[in-house]
Amino acid sequence: MRSIIYLGIGIFFGIILFKSEAASWFRIYEMFHFASFHMYGIIGSAVGLGIIVIQLIKRHRIKSFYGEPVLITPKDKSFSRYIFGGIIFGLGWALAGACPGPMFVLLGAGYLPIIVVLSASILGTFLYGVVKDKLPH
Amino acid sequence: MNWIYDPWPWYVSGPLITVVLFLLLMIGKRFGMSSNLRTMCTLCGAGKTSDFFRFDWKAQRWNLMVVLGVIIGGFIASNFLSKDTSVVLDTTLLSDLQSKGFQSTGNTYMPDMLFSNDVFSDPKGLVLLVLGGLLVGFGARYAGGCTSGHAISGLSDLQWPSLVATIGFFIGGLVMIHLIFPLIF
Repeated sequence: MRSIIYLGIGIFFGIILFKSEAASWFRIYEMFHFASFHMYGIIGSAVGLGIIVIQLIKRHRIKSFYGEPVLITPKDKSFSRYIFGGIIFGLGWALAGACPGPMFVLLGAGYLPIIVVLSASILGTFLYGVVKDKLPH
Repeated sequence: MNWIYDPWPWYVSGPLITVVLFLLLMIGKRFGMSSNLRTMCTLCGAGKTSDFFRFDWKAQRWNLMVVLGVIIGGFIASNFLSKDTSVVLDTTLLSDLQSKGFQSTGNTYMPDMLFSNDVFSDPKGLVLLVLGGLLVGFGARYAGGCTSGHAISGLSDLQWPSLVATIGFFIGGLVMIHLIFPLIF
C-alpha cells in the first residue's frame, strides 16, 4: 500500500516537473541568463511556501499521517563540501540542462540521450564514493 | 480544462512542488532525488569498491518507488497532458541560441543538438552529455544533495548548508553558461 503512495507522489512530481518546463534544457539555460522570472518563480514560491509549511509543522508539533513526529535532521555543519560540491553540480546542471529529478522525467518522456546523462551521473556518484576520503568536506 | 495542456505557470508549479515536499514529510520521508543515484550504485555492486556504498539499500526502496513514479509522470505528461511541448523563449535568447547552433530552439522541449537520437553518432555531443552527467552525479553527492534536497527541501527548512550549496549551484551554472559555453558552442 505504501509503495503505491510513493509511486503516486512520484507521478505527481514528474508531471509537475515536465509541465512547468523545469525539466527543459532551455529553461535552465534561460535561468542562468536571468532572461525570465519563470524558474525563479517556481523555486521561490516552492521555497517560500515550504518555509511556512515547515515552520507550522515545527511550531505545532504536527504529527505525520502515521502519528509519528515529523523529524527533519539538520545537515552537517561545514562549508567546503557544500560550496565545492555545489559548484561541481552547477557546472553539470547547466551543461546537461537537467538535475537528477528532471533526468528521470525526461527518460519517461522518451528522450533517449538522457540515458547517457543518467548513466554518467551514476558513474559520477560512484567516483565520488571512491575518492571521497581524499576531498575536503 | 484546456489550461492543463499548456505549460504550467510558475505560480501553479511552485506551490505544487511544496505539496510534494509536504506529502513526503507527512509520511515520514525527506525529499531528495540524487540519493537514488547512490542507491543505484549500491545495486550495481559498488559496495565492493567503497564503504560509501555499503548501506542498507532496502531502507531507500521507497525513494526508488518515487523515482519510478517520476519516470511514469514524465511519460504521462508528455504523451497525454501536452499538445505542443515546444518551449517559448524570449527572442534575444532565441537568436543567441540559434547562432550557437541550437537550431531547434523555440520548436522543441529539448535542444535537438544534444537530445535528438542523432547525438548517438555525434562524438562531441556524447562527450558533453557524459561530462554533464558526471559533474551532476559527483557534485550532488559531494554537496550531499541536489536541487530537491538542498534548493527546495533544505532552504525550506532554513538550513545554512543548503544555502551555501544553492549558491554553489549558481556559481557553477553561471561559470558554465557564461565562461565555458562560449568555448564549446
